[in-house]
Amino acid sequence: MNPRTLRRAKSHLMVGLMGAAVVVAVLPLLLILLSLMLKGASSLSLAFFTHTPVPAGETGGGVLHAIVGTLIIVGTASLLGVPVGIGAGLYCAEFPGSKLAWVTRFVSDVMNGTPSIVVGVFAWTFIVATQKHFSGLAGSVALAILMIPMVTRTTEELVKLVPGSLREAALALGYSRWRTSLRIVLRTALPGIVTGALLAVARAAGETAPLLFTALGSQYLSFNPNQPMAALPLVVFTYASGPYEEWHQFAWATALVLILVVFVLSLAARFATRQRFSSGG
Amino acid sequence: MVDQLPRVQTDKLSAMYGKFTAVKGVSLDFAPNQVHALIGPSGCGKSTFLRTLNRMHEISEGGWIAGRVLLDGEDVYASTVNPIQLRRRVGMVFQKPTPFPMMSIYDNVAAGLVLNGKRSHSELDAVVEQSLRRAALWEEVKDRLRTSATSLSGGQQQRLCLARTIAPEPEVILLDEPTASLDPQGTQRIEELVIELKREFTIVIVTHNMQQAARVSDTTSFFYLGTMIEHGATRQIFTAPGNEQTEAYITGRFG
Repeated sequence: MNPRTLRRAKSHLMVGLMGAAVVVAVLPLLLILLSLMLKGASSLSLAFFTHTPVPAGETGGGVLHAIVGTLIIVGTASLLGVPVGIGAGLYCAEFPGSKLAWVTRFVSDVMNGTPSIVVGVFAWTFIVATQKHFSGLAGSVALAILMIPMVTRTTEELVKLVPGSLREAALALGYSRWRTSLRIVLRTALPGIVTGALLAVARAAGETAPLLFTALGSQYLSFNPNQPMAALPLVVFTYASGPYEEWHQFAWATALVLILVVFVLSLAARFATRQRFSSGG
Repeated sequence: MVDQLPRVQTDKLSAMYGKFTAVKGVSLDFAPNQVHALIGPSGCGKSTFLRTLNRMHEISEGGWIAGRVLLDGEDVYASTVNPIQLRRRVGMVFQKPTPFPMMSIYDNVAAGLVLNGKRSHSELDAVVEQSLRRAALWEEVKDRLRTSATSLSGGQQQRLCLARTIAPEPEVILLDEPTASLDPQGTQRIEELVIELKREFTIVIVTHNMQQAARVSDTTSFFYLGTMIEHGATRQIFTAPGNEQTEAYITGRFG
C-alpha cells in the first residue's frame, strides 16, 4: 500500500473512532430525554404545575409544592454556596502559593469526590438532629456544601485565565489590588464563572440523597424553610418506588418537570448575564 | 530661557529581579513637556527602568530597587508615598492594547476617573469626550460609546488605552513600546498623538524602532546590558553619538 493511502486510512479510522465516541457520549442523554418525553409528557397538564398531590386512588394533582420547594431549597443553597465558592476561588487564584490556597484546593478536590449522601448525613447530624426536626433549610445547607467546592475550583481556573496584562493595566491606572481583583479580574472572568455556578446549581437541583435526610419531603405547599419541604427529586423518589401505576406515571412526569426547571434556570441565567455588548466572547 | 526643573529624575537607580540586576545605577533627568525616548536592544533594561518610574516594577516577581526616583523633586519610593496614588500621577500604556473587555468604550475611558471620587454624569461625559478627542478617537467611536471596547481595531484599542490613561490628568505618561503590535497606520497615529500630547504631559517612551525615537522624541537615552550608555538631545544622539556602542546600535550594526 502506498504511504498516502495508508495515511488516509489511518485518518478515516481515527475520525471514525472519535465520531463513535461522540455518539456513545451523547446517546445516553438523548435516550434519557426521549424516554422522559415518551413516558412523562402524557401526564403533563397545566394542573400538574398548579396543584398539589391528591390522595392515593384519586387521579390528577400536581407538583406545585415540589416546584416551590426545589426553588426555595436550591435558591437558598445558591445564595449560601455561590458567594463562598467564588470568594474562595478568587483567593486561591490571587494567592496561589499560599498554604491556605493549597489546603482549599486539596479539600475542594476531596469534597468534589465525596458522595452526596455523606453530606446529607452530615447535615442531618449537625442541623436536623440538633434542631430535632427536618427542614428545607437543612437541605439548603447540604446542597450548599456540595456546591462550594465546584464553584471554588471553577472560579480559580477561570480567574487564572484572565491575562496578567489586564491586571497590570488596572494597577497602572491607580487601582488598588482588591479593586483590580473585583472590578477587572473577576468581572472579566464572570461569564465563565456564571456558567460554572450554573452547573453547580443544576447538579444541586437534581440531588436526592442529601435531601432525604434534611428536607424530608412533604405533601403540602409550604413556603417556610424551617419546616420539612417537598422537592422535585424527592417526589420522583417517593412516587417511583410506590406501588401504584398512577404513581409511576406521576414520577415520570415529575422527572420531566425537574429537567425543565433546570433547563429554564440555565436559560434564565444565561440571558441575565449575557453581555451588554454584541461582541460576545 | 530659564532651565526648567526636571519632572522626573532618577538617581543611581538600579532595578533587580531577585538577585539579577536588570538596571544598573541609572541617573537621568526628564524635563517637563518633552518626549524622552529610551532605546536599546531587547533585554537591555529599558522597560524595567520605565516600570520603576511608576512603581510597577515592584509588582513583578522578585522586583526591588536601589537608588531614588524623584517626581517633582519628591522621592516616589518614600514610605509616605502610596504607590496607588503615585500611579494616578504617572500613567502608563503597554505594548499590547489592554482595554478592559467587560467594559464599554465609555466605561474604559472613565475607569481611572471614577477612582478619584464621585463625579456627576455630565462632568464624566465631558471628560470622556475630551479624552477621546485628545486621543484622536472621538470621531470614530462617538456613536458607539456603549459598545464593547474589544470591538475596536488594535490601533483604536491602543488609542483608547491612551485616552484612558490621560483622562485622570496624570503629569507623566509612560509608553512601553506602544506601537509594537500596530500596523504602520496605527503607528503613525500614535506618533502624531505623542507629539501632540507633550504640550500637556511629560512623556517617556520605550521603543525598539529607532526611526520612531528620531521622529517623536526630544531626548534619547541608549541602554545596553542594563546600563545607560548615553543620553542627550535626540538629534545629537542620532547624528553625532558620543559613544561607539550607541553609534553601532543606531546604525544597525547590532541589536
